[in-house]
Amino acid sequence: MSAEAADSPFTDPVQQREAARIGMWAFLGTEVMFFGALFLTYFYDRHLYPDGWVAASKHTDLLLGSLNTGLLLVSSLTMALAVEAAKARRPDAAAKRLLATMGMGAVFLVFKGLEYAEHIRDGLWPGESFHFEPASLSRPGELFYYLYFTMTGLHALHMLAGVVWLSALVIASRRGAARGFDTHVEVAGLYWHFIDVVWIFLFPMFYLVRGH
Amino acid sequence: MDEHRVRTLYRVAAALLALLALTVGLSYLDLGSAGFAIALAVAAVKAMLVGWFFMELEEGVPAVWFMAGAALVWLGLLVSGTLADLFTRL
Repeated sequence: MSAEAADSPFTDPVQQREAARIGMWAFLGTEVMFFGALFLTYFYDRHLYPDGWVAASKHTDLLLGSLNTGLLLVSSLTMALAVEAAKARRPDAAAKRLLATMGMGAVFLVFKGLEYAEHIRDGLWPGESFHFEPASLSRPGELFYYLYFTMTGLHALHMLAGVVWLSALVIASRRGAARGFDTHVEVAGLYWHFIDVVWIFLFPMFYLVRGH
Repeated sequence: MDEHRVRTLYRVAAALLALLALTVGLSYLDLGSAGFAIALAVAAVKAMLVGWFFMELEEGVPAVWFMAGAALVWLGLLVSGTLADLFTRL
C-alpha cells in the first residue's frame, strides 16, 4: 500500500482517499438541506392537516412501497460489498456487485413508475382533475400527493443519476480499473447509501401514516 | 476482502430487512397517533445503521464526522426555526 502514489496535490493515498470522502460528505450536506426543506414542508403540513394525511396515505400502494424499500436496502448491501471488492483490488468482483446494485435500482424505478401510473389512473395527480375520497379532505389530500410526487420524483431522479454513475464505474472496471478506482467506487457508494437513507424516511412518511 | 467487514455488512442488511418487516407489520395494528411516531423512530434506527456501517462512519475519521455533523446542525436550524414559528403562532 505504501508503495502506491497519490495524485497531485496529495502527498499520500490515504490523505487522497480521505479528501475524496470529505468532499462527498460536503455535497451530501447540501443534499440534506435540499431534501430537508421538503421534509420540513411535509411535517408542517401534516401538523396542520392530520386527518387529510391519514386519508391520503391509505391510497398509497403499501405492497409496492415495501418491496421497493427492501430492494433499496439490499442494493445498499451489494453497493457496500462492491466497495470492499474494489478496496481488495478485485475490479471484476466489484463490477458484478455494481451491476447487481444498478439492477435493483432499475427495478425500483420500474416499480415506482407502475405506482405513478396507478395513482394517475386513480385521479391522484394534483391539479384540476384531482379526485379524492372523502371529498371533504380533498384539499389536504391534494397537498399530500403534491408532496408525494415531488419528493419521490426527486428521489427517483437521484436514483437515476446513481444508476448512470455506477454504469460509468462498471465501464471503468472493464478498462482495467485505473489507480484510484477503489476511491471512486467508495464515493459513489456514499451517494448511493445516502439516497437509500432518504427513501428510508420517505417510506413511513407516505406509506405508513395509516393508524389514527 | 476483509471477512470480518463482509460478515458485518450481511448482518446489518439482515437487521435492516427485519426492521422493514417490523415497521410494515406494526402499520397493521391500531396504535393511534403513536403508530406514525414509532414508524419514524424505526426509520431513524435504519438510517443510523446505514450511516454507521455502510457509509463507514464507524471508521471515526474526524473530518468526515465533522461534515456529517454539520449537515445535521444545518438541518436542525432549518427545522427548529420553522417549528418555533408554527407552534407559537396561535
